Amino acid sequence: MTSFDLIVVGLGVVGAACADAATEAGLRVVAIEPGGIGGGATAAAMGHLVAMDDDAAELALSRYSLALWEEFADLPQAQFSRCGTLWIARDERELGMIDAKITRLAAAGIAASRVDAAELARLEPALVDGLAGGMRVPADAVVYPPAIAQFLVDRALARGATLMQGRRVGALRKGGVVLDDGTILHGPTLLTTGCALGELLPQLTLRARKGHLVITDRYPSVVRHQLLELGYAASAHGSDTASVAFNVQPRPTGQLLVGSSREFDSTSAAASMPMVRRMLARAVEFLPGLRSLQALRIWTGFRPTTADGRPYLGPVPERQDLWVAAGHEGLGVTTALGSARLLVDQLLGRIPRLDPAPYLPARVWR
Amino acid sequence: MAERYDVLVCGAGPAGLAAAHAAASHGARVGLIDAQSRPGGQIWRHDLRFGAGRAARRAIAAATRGAQWLGGAQIVAAEPGELLVERAEGAAHLGYERLVIATGARELLLPFPGWTLPGVTGAGALQALVKQGWPIAGRRVVVAGTGPLLLAVAAGLRNHGARLLVILEQAPAPRVRRFAWGLAKTPRTAAQALRLRLELAGIPYRYGEFVEAAHGDGRLQSVSIRTPRGLAHLECEQLAVGYGLVPNVELAELLGCRLDRSGPHAAVATDARLRTSLPGVYAAGEARGVGGAAAARIEGRIAGLGACGQEAAAARLAGAQRGARRFAARVAGCFSLDRRLYALATPETIVCRCEDVPLGGLAGFDDGRAAKLATRCGMGACQGRICGDILAALGRYAQPAAAAPLFPVQLSTLSDP
Amino acid sequence: MNAGADVLLEVDGIPISVPDGANVAAAVARATQTFRRAVGGGLRGPLCGIGVCFECRVRIDARAHQRACMVLARPGMRVQTRG
Repeated sequence: MTSFDLIVVGLGVVGAACADAATEAGLRVVAIEPGGIGGGATAAAMGHLVAMDDDAAELALSRYSLALWEEFADLPQAQFSRCGTLWIARDERELGMIDAKITRLAAAGIAASRVDAAELARLEPALVDGLAGGMRVPADAVVYPPAIAQFLVDRALARGATLMQGRRVGALRKGGVVLDDGTILHGPTLLTTGCALGELLPQLTLRARKGHLVITDRYPSVVRHQLLELGYAASAHGSDTASVAFNVQPRPTGQLLVGSSREFDSTSAAASMPMVRRMLARAVEFLPGLRSLQALRIWTGFRPTTADGRPYLGPVPERQDLWVAAGHEGLGVTTALGSARLLVDQLLGRIPRLDPAPYLPARVWR
Repeated sequence: MAERYDVLVCGAGPAGLAAAHAAASHGARVGLIDAQSRPGGQIWRHDLRFGAGRAARRAIAAATRGAQWLGGAQIVAAEPGELLVERAEGAAHLGYERLVIATGARELLLPFPGWTLPGVTGAGALQALVKQGWPIAGRRVVVAGTGPLLLAVAAGLRNHGARLLVILEQAPAPRVRRFAWGLAKTPRTAAQALRLRLELAGIPYRYGEFVEAAHGDGRLQSVSIRTPRGLAHLECEQLAVGYGLVPNVELAELLGCRLDRSGPHAAVATDARLRTSLPGVYAAGEARGVGGAAAARIEGRIAGLGACGQEAAAARLAGAQRGARRFAARVAGCFSLDRRLYALATPETIVCRCEDVPLGGLAGFDDGRAAKLATRCGMGACQGRICGDILAALGRYAQPAAAAPLFPVQLSTLSDP
Repeated sequence: MNAGADVLLEVDGIPISVPDGANVAAAVARATQTFRRAVGGGLRGPLCGIGVCFECRVRIDARAHQRACMVLARPGMRVQTRG
C-alpha cells in the first residue's frame, strides 16, 4: 500500500504525538523515521513539563498541552514525577516580576504562588543563602520522553498505523514523498522532523540551538523541585550569543540533571568543555553543594528554533496537503500533545481549541 | 592549575614507564599520568607486603628519575593539546606537544548466574585488591578463567596466605600444552613458567573447566563447575574469574584517534611507528591490543622515542616489537574462549550491574543506544564499560562511544576555572 | 615496602586497622562483605579491583560514591557502606 491519509515524517515526541492523534481521529497513517523513535532532541531533553508565561501564545499552547499530559500521570514508562517548578529570584528586582507572572499563569488556569526568602530556604535547603525568594508552580512535572514517544507510536501502530523505520524521506513531491530507496508514498504529508526540517523545506527557517546537560550519580533528596532561575526565560528568548541559565532537575532515580546552555552555530554534537564550565559555574552559584557531587555523563541536544521562538503548527503556504509541526525550541515535550491535537484539528477542518494563528507557518512565509 | 609538557604519557604501566623514560632521557619535559597513587599499572602494581618485582622497580626508578610523576590523576576530558585531570587537590589542565597513550587494558568479566555476589571478582582484580591489603589469608579461593594470568594470580594469592582450592583453565588440555611448548622457545618465559609451576605445586590445575554459576546468600559461598565429566561443586569465599583483557581505548577515542574494530573489542589503531591517526599522538601496549608486558615495554620505548623525535632509535626496535606481538598472538590463540562461556547468563542474569538490567531486558533492541534509552543499560557509573564489554563479546552491540567525562568526576572539576 | 604504621579508621562505626598503603576496600573487607546495595537491592562488593566497575562505592567522610579500591586508607577516615 502506498496511499495514506497522512504521512508523518519524523518520530520524535512531536511526530509520535501527531501519529497518535491522527490515528485516534481515524486516519490511515504511515510514519517514517530514519533513526530511533524519540532518538533525537527527544532523547536529549530534560522532559520538563513546564508552564512558562513569557509568551502568551506559548502559554496558551502549553496550558492546552499540560492538561493533556495528565493522561500520562499513571503510565509507568512515562516516569511522571510531579515535583513542581520553583522559579528563583536572586534579588528584589527579580522578585518584583513575580506577581505579574502569577497573574498571567492564573489567567491560564495554572496555579502559582509567591515564595519569600525564608520559605524558599525551607523548601530547598540546598540553595545558596541570600536569594530573594521565588515562585512555585506545583503542577509542573518531569517525564521520560523517549519512553513516551515509543508508547505513542505503539498506540498508533495498534490502531493500524504503518511504521517505516530506518527509512528516510529523500524529497517532497506533489501529492506525497519519495523515500531514500525510491519508494513513493501518496498522501497529505506532515513534517515533524525537528531540526532537519530545512533538508526538505528550506523556506521555513529552523536553527539548531545546542544545549548541554550534566547528570550526576544518585543523591536522593538534595533537591525536590525542578529549580530554574528567572533569568532562564531571557536565555531562551534571547539573541544569538551563547548563554547559560541555572536549571536543575531531580530525577526519579535520585540523580540530578543540571543545565542549561544555549548556542547557535555549533553543529558538533560533542560537548564543549568551556560551555560546560560556564553552565556549571552558574549552577553552583545557586546550588553550592553541587560542587561535591559526582557527574556521570555529559550530553548535548539541539533545540529546533524559529525566529520568534514559537513552533510551526499548520499548513505550508503555496502547497497542497503539506503540513508542519516543528520548531518547539525548549518546549517540545511540554507542548507535544497540544501541538498534535492542534495540527490534526486543522488537518481535518475541525475547529481547533486554540487560535492557530500565532503558530502558522504563513506568518514567516515569503 | 595549568602545566605544560613536551610529552604527556597517559598510564604508568610497563608501556607508559618505558615511554616516559625514553622521552625524558632525550631531554623532553615529560609528565607521567596515572590514576593510581603509585606507578606500575596493573601488572606491576605495588604489593604492600612484597613490593614490586625487579623489572618493575627498575622501570619505575628510571621513569620517575626524568619524568614528572603525576599520580592520583584521573584524565576526565581531552582537547587537542590539553588534558583535564582530576586530582585530590583539585583540577589540573595539562598542556602537551606530544601524547603517548599507554592506557592499558581491563579484564573481560563475563556474566553467569550469581556473578554479582560479593566475593566474585575478576582474576587480576583479586590480585590487585590483595596487593593493596585485601584480607585473603585463610580464605578459600577458586581461580578461574583463561590464560597465563591465572597462574600469576594464583601464585600471588598463595604468597598472601590464600587457600587456593583449584585453578580452572577453560582452554582444553591440548591447547594449554601447545602454549607450554611455545614457552620453551623463549628462555625467559620458560623460566617464568617453571617458577610458577613450582610455586603452585599441590594446587589442582584443571583444563577444559569453567565456573557455570556462583551461589550464596548475600555473599559467595560456593560455585558450580562445568567439567568434561559433569558438574562439580566447591565451597569457597572468593572466586577470581577473568576471561582475558579489553583495551582501554576511551581516551584515544575521545581525542578522535581511529580505532581498530576488527575484533569484538576496539583497540587503538596505529601505524608501524605506533603513531595514531592524530598527529603527535602515539599509542603503546595493551591499548593497541592485548600483547603482554614484553610487547608493552618495547612499544613504550618506541613511542617515547618517537615522541621526542628519535626516529632512528625507535625504528631499530621494530623487529623486537613485531616479535613480541607475534608471541602474544600465539598465546592468545591458545586461550580463545569456549563458546559456552558466552551463553552462561540466563535471561534473569544481570548484565548491567550499575542499573540492574538483566540480559532478558535487552531482547528486541537492535542497537545499544535504543536498548540504553529504553532499559537504562549503560547509563550508570561505569559508563557502559562492563556491560558494553560483555555485550560486544556476545556479539549483541558495539561498545558505546566514549565521551567526556571519561570517568565520573567531581562536578567542581568541571565547574571551576 | 611497607614502612609506615598501621592506619586506624572506622567502617560502619567499627574500628578497623589496615597496613599503611592499603586502600579503603581492604579496610571495608575486614568489616563486611557488602560495600553497597544495587538499584534492585542486591548486595554488592568489588568486581574489577582497578576502578572501572564502580561496584565498590562507599561513603567516605560524608562524600558518597567514592571507589574504595582507588582511595588510600587514611587515619581517622569514617567509611560507610550501604550494607
